[in-house]
Amino acid sequence: MEYFLLLVTKPDNVPIVAIVLLLPFFTWLAFSQGRRNDLAGTPAEAALNDKVYCWPYLCRNEFLCAIITMLVLGIWSITIDAPLEEPSDPTITPNPSKAPWYFLALQEMLVYFDPWIAGVVLPGLIIAGLIAIPYIDINPKGKGYYTLKERPFALITFCFGFFVLWIVLMVVGTFLRGPGWNFFAPWKEWDPHKIVPLTNVNLSYLFGIRNEQPAGIFGMCVVVGYFALGPIYYFLKRGTSKFLQELGLVRYIVVSFLFLTMMSLPIKMILRWTLNIKYIWVSPWFNI
Amino acid sequence: MNERRNGLKEKITNNQIWQSMFRHGYEKTGRRYTLQVLQNVWLHLHPPRVTRHAINFRFTWCMGGITFLMFLVTAVTGVLLMFYYRPTAEYAFRDIQYLEFDIPFGMLLRNMHRWAAHGMVIAVMLHMFRVFLTGSYKKPREFNWGVGVILLLVTFFLSFTGYLLPWDQLAFWAVTVGTNMARATPVLGHEGPFAPQDIVTQANDVRFALLGGTIVGPSTLLRFYILHCVAVPLLASVLMALHFWRVRKDGGISGPL
Repeated sequence: MEYFLLLVTKPDNVPIVAIVLLLPFFTWLAFSQGRRNDLAGTPAEAALNDKVYCWPYLCRNEFLCAIITMLVLGIWSITIDAPLEEPSDPTITPNPSKAPWYFLALQEMLVYFDPWIAGVVLPGLIIAGLIAIPYIDINPKGKGYYTLKERPFALITFCFGFFVLWIVLMVVGTFLRGPGWNFFAPWKEWDPHKIVPLTNVNLSYLFGIRNEQPAGIFGMCVVVGYFALGPIYYFLKRGTSKFLQELGLVRYIVVSFLFLTMMSLPIKMILRWTLNIKYIWVSPWFNI
Repeated sequence: MNERRNGLKEKITNNQIWQSMFRHGYEKTGRRYTLQVLQNVWLHLHPPRVTRHAINFRFTWCMGGITFLMFLVTAVTGVLLMFYYRPTAEYAFRDIQYLEFDIPFGMLLRNMHRWAAHGMVIAVMLHMFRVFLTGSYKKPREFNWGVGVILLLVTFFLSFTGYLLPWDQLAFWAVTVGTNMARATPVLGHEGPFAPQDIVTQANDVRFALLGGTIVGPSTLLRFYILHCVAVPLLASVLMALHFWRVRKDGGISGPL
């Protein structure tokens, strides 16, 4: 427990603790307003649509907000000192070595994917996917007010990605990963000699495929088949679904690709925890 | 009492000095409120008037403004820190120690810079969260959402480049871990998939370009220093100008109508 407390109270981890406390509050704030708007039928902001002068009404609020923020920052800066460890030494590698806290979700993904996916492709797709959101979300409702029931898919997907795949992984990476990047529960002591049996196997092995080439083809089929789920669903349903017709093929392919890529992380995590799967697809050039 | 106050106000505002500075009086009229915003370079990004819900903290959370404030704090404290810091392997760590122990308020200066940087990362995440939850990225704000995503990336990169500068174990290894990822870039990193062997090597891949060497070393420190103090803040400023301008042009803060 003391290791955990030491970690939580580390100066550089204050932002994570702050975010863990702030997020539930702001989520509650947003969702209570969304619920209120849904129950009322019209957003509360619609009634507040008359204009007020920026000076003094908006500028006053901005000033107030700045003062409070500076107060918080001032107290934070007076009470907690920025960390400074020993001078850098390339010959002494700390175990574990961790990236800055806001990159720890990415570092945590390294447990489940090779660096080229976890460190390069997935971050790139996160950025590209975020930029793509306004162009693939064709739902005209819920613009400019909080709501829950008018855009459930968008909210659930975003909140899942943000809370589970970003914040929770960040917290796990910061607080629960010890030497050797092994998992340590909060009450466990960090044991640098902890031995973790390497029992992970590739998916093809579980299916009894022992030779390299068939295993590669099998893995390719699984991965390609997984990403083909989206288009297959489209061609099955496009005749009857008005939503799919409005979305169009190009938008749909982008949505399904991004969604399936996002879901591949929790799927791989669960496969690792339950079946000790190492790779789905092993090829001479890369492993997935 | 009221008369005396008005007389004083008149004395302060009705003279050549005041009028040369502010170009408007201080009467309580809509015209003056408008001029106050339009004729002030610091306030003119605001429209003269906003919808009433835009001044509601419960709706806006003020997180975009806090992000900008944190950027300003890091800019001011950062300039002050630059007086005491030399980005070389010999001096960097000693300069931080000197700053902490010998310079009046040096520790406070460093703390403010670091915590404001962390605060900026938190605020920018919450800002994005609010903008998503209110559906404010929807037409006509699609492009500005994209600019915001790039600004999020720039914020991370600003914070990350600054992380190395104290040149202690924490900084050195965090940046080593972070930049090791670049090795695995497909095609362009020497350990990445599809990298042409013997052509893309440790000494010419993207990680080398980022570090100025094959490991984090003195040239990395200089590189990150220049990125942190000049290049990335400039980029951030340009993008912020674009971001704020587009907020205005796309119809101000989003609302249900």
